[in-house]
Amino acid sequence: MNAYFRTALAAPIMLLALTAGAQVTSEQLASAAATPENWLTYSGTYLSQRHTTLDRITPENVDDLELKWVYQAASLEAFEATPLVVDGIMYLTEAPNTAVALDASTGRIFWRYQYDPSTESRPCCGRVNRGLAILGDKVFMATIDSELIAIDAASGQPVWQTTVADPSLGYAMTLAPLAIDDKVIVGVAGGEYGIRGFISAYDVDTGEEVWRFYTIPGPGEPGHETWEDGGDAWMTGGASVWLTGSYDPELNLTYWGIGNPGPDWNPAQRPGDNLYSDSVVALDADTGELVWHFQFTPGDPYDYDAVQIPVLVDLATEDIASDKLMLWANRNGFFYVLDRTNGEFIRGEPFVYVNWASGLDESGRPIETPQGPEAVTYPGVQGGTNWYSPSYSPNTELFYVTVWENYGSIFRPVEVEYQPGRIFGGGTLGGPIPGAANLPGFGRQPVNNWTEEVGNGAIHALDPRTGEQVWRFPTTDISHSGILTTATDVLFTGSREGYFYALDARDGELLWRERLGGQGANGPMSYALDGEQYVAIAMGVGLFVYGLPE
Amino acid sequence: MGMYESIGRPVRARLLVTARGLGPSPAKIRPVGGMLALACGLGLFVAAGGPAAAQQHAGQYDQVDIEYGAQIFAQRCVVCHGERGDLLPEANLRSGSYRNASSDRELSRVITNGVPNTAMVPTGYTGAELTALVAYLRNITTWDPSAGSVALGDPERGRELAEGAGGCIYCHRIGAEGPRYAPALTDAGARLSAATIRRILLDPNGAMLPANRPVRAVTEDGEVIVGRRLNEDTFTVQLITQDERLVALDKAALQEYTIGTESAMQPYGEIFDEAELADLLAWVLTLQGFER
Repeated sequence: MNAYFRTALAAPIMLLALTAGAQVTSEQLASAAATPENWLTYSGTYLSQRHTTLDRITPENVDDLELKWVYQAASLEAFEATPLVVDGIMYLTEAPNTAVALDASTGRIFWRYQYDPSTESRPCCGRVNRGLAILGDKVFMATIDSELIAIDAASGQPVWQTTVADPSLGYAMTLAPLAIDDKVIVGVAGGEYGIRGFISAYDVDTGEEVWRFYTIPGPGEPGHETWEDGGDAWMTGGASVWLTGSYDPELNLTYWGIGNPGPDWNPAQRPGDNLYSDSVVALDADTGELVWHFQFTPGDPYDYDAVQIPVLVDLATEDIASDKLMLWANRNGFFYVLDRTNGEFIRGEPFVYVNWASGLDESGRPIETPQGPEAVTYPGVQGGTNWYSPSYSPNTELFYVTVWENYGSIFRPVEVEYQPGRIFGGGTLGGPIPGAANLPGFGRQPVNNWTEEVGNGAIHALDPRTGEQVWRFPTTDISHSGILTTATDVLFTGSREGYFYALDARDGELLWRERLGGQGANGPMSYALDGEQYVAIAMGVGLFVYGLPE
Repeated sequence: MGMYESIGRPVRARLLVTARGLGPSPAKIRPVGGMLALACGLGLFVAAGGPAAAQQHAGQYDQVDIEYGAQIFAQRCVVCHGERGDLLPEANLRSGSYRNASSDRELSRVITNGVPNTAMVPTGYTGAELTALVAYLRNITTWDPSAGSVALGDPERGRELAEGAGGCIYCHRIGAEGPRYAPALTDAGARLSAATIRRILLDPNGAMLPANRPVRAVTEDGEVIVGRRLNEDTFTVQLITQDERLVALDKAALQEYTIGTESAMQPYGEIFDEAELADLLAWVLTLQGFER
């Protein structure tokens, strides 16, 4: 190679090396809202509002949106990942555990890292993954065989790998990790296998565990007394974690939603409130110590995981001196407003038809009204909402959530013996219509056979100041898609019917829709390149990216 | 709110009209398609689901499934397991528990997949047969074979009823024969459990799946389309018309759109006695799919 070429090549390579060195700092993560051209965490920012301040797409021009590019995953599993975008590079996962870096303007691949999970892995509900975390020069992937892998963001090569838990016991990870300061935080799924759940933090440089918070307190710890059998129920009590938490940098608290107690449907085997199942916990981000908790569904017999995304909102209300709120539409059918400084209950109102409880008392505890054998309990086992990302718009000051309406289940508890690594469900389920599909949660039937009496979908806009519904957009089929709102009051969501559509966030009016054919199972996100705004959503096994005409 | 502004207004504006629009019994037709229907719908939903649900789960296992399971057991299982099911000490089916299964689903799986390294080989039972076998095995100790058949009769006599007084074949297609408007019966005996078939015969309205409901649509230029719903989403509906055309409609472009809840099928308990019903059910169970 002659001197001329050497010089010509050296300059751009050095430039690349500089930018690749520290792609995202912890300060950038903490102020992610200031760089809306990037999408830096699963829910966009630490506050998890899934809201973008980008304003090029408006209710007036959303009808002009056109398809820019499509990324077709090689995997046929549900596409639940939210992509990250950093300075024009998109980082994405394909189910189960393949990380990909793409050109965010074309969808062309820079690198692809395929991790093959152990055949011991046994996630209950699909070999899925919801995306990556990024910090420094690494992206982080949690795998279904419970490994945490750090991958160099520029080369796609693994840097370290840490075993988080034993997949043969039913532990799995499907969430996108959360990176804070110098740590990457994950939680474990497996609430259907009799695990003992936990949230744990790892050093971003070495992968060493820094702290671990067990979601079921052990003997001698506060809360252990809520496992009243006095025996071993706590050891197999579930309380999994399978969606990404949130973080308030000012309070240095990280908030995580905790899943159902196990066995899922037979509370007789685990008498008591079963802390911290079906709760939100606020942990000191440095130490993992519990600062406060709030339990939504004590001693849950319905599988009402409280894994929903903790949405952190600063909103002045008459209720509390602090304006630091946490908004939470729970699988159990109630919409909660909490004080996120101390976990105090401010209000909670049902957002769907609820008959398992007649309401909430002053402390937020449900006033339970069990329906009895062979009666239909509302909401059903998949809940009034579930893991689909909600959105909050500081502009409208409304909370938006994907809802299953008129959906109920019959619960039939059965005594079950714990066997390591095997399903620990403790019951069977029925639906209100004999012979009709009664559990529309996992089926991917192309034909709608569960309408009317079996339930329907909707997008609800809820007012955190009152807990009341402001508008609703009903849909024929239920939906697994999350929601994105924009500063211009456009709400984007997908559907199981195959539509990617936009509503006016102020009144729920339909603004635009595209038929993409596959089922939506992730939450839309937005980013910008050269001042142009893009919106991305996964439908079926493809990621579809839309923008305005040039 | 939003839905109405954009797509639902034509439907809402004519709800009262559509409620009178379809079928022989207007009072039973419920308009669906927008906020009004959904707002008032919950009570109806629960009411409609209640009795049928109670019927299905009374005693958990339906007598007719137990009986069908006993028939299959007598034909296919007794060689190894014995007439009483207790011939194999290592697999005593009367003991009340199973080494490789606890739930009904697991029991179905063992029957389907067999048990490795034993004479229990994988079997090819249909969904209806598995439902029946599980129901029988769960009740094997209390089942009294000497009591005789109560609900499963003679399939040949059942065929005569289906082709004669029952009139089944004048609406339902079987294999390559018959009309297409009603759901095909080609594999009904494999797909539907014995209990489900009996429930449909006795209560066609209550047993009709939402997906099969009759719909009536009036297009903007006044064309009336009546059909059976095949599929539906928020914006469109797909149906097969009485004259066997596949039609897809954009709901926003319709003057009227109504979904009926009344089946065109008569309740067979009104025209047949128990023995005839048992024969008819036995005939449906012989419909195992097209011949290969």
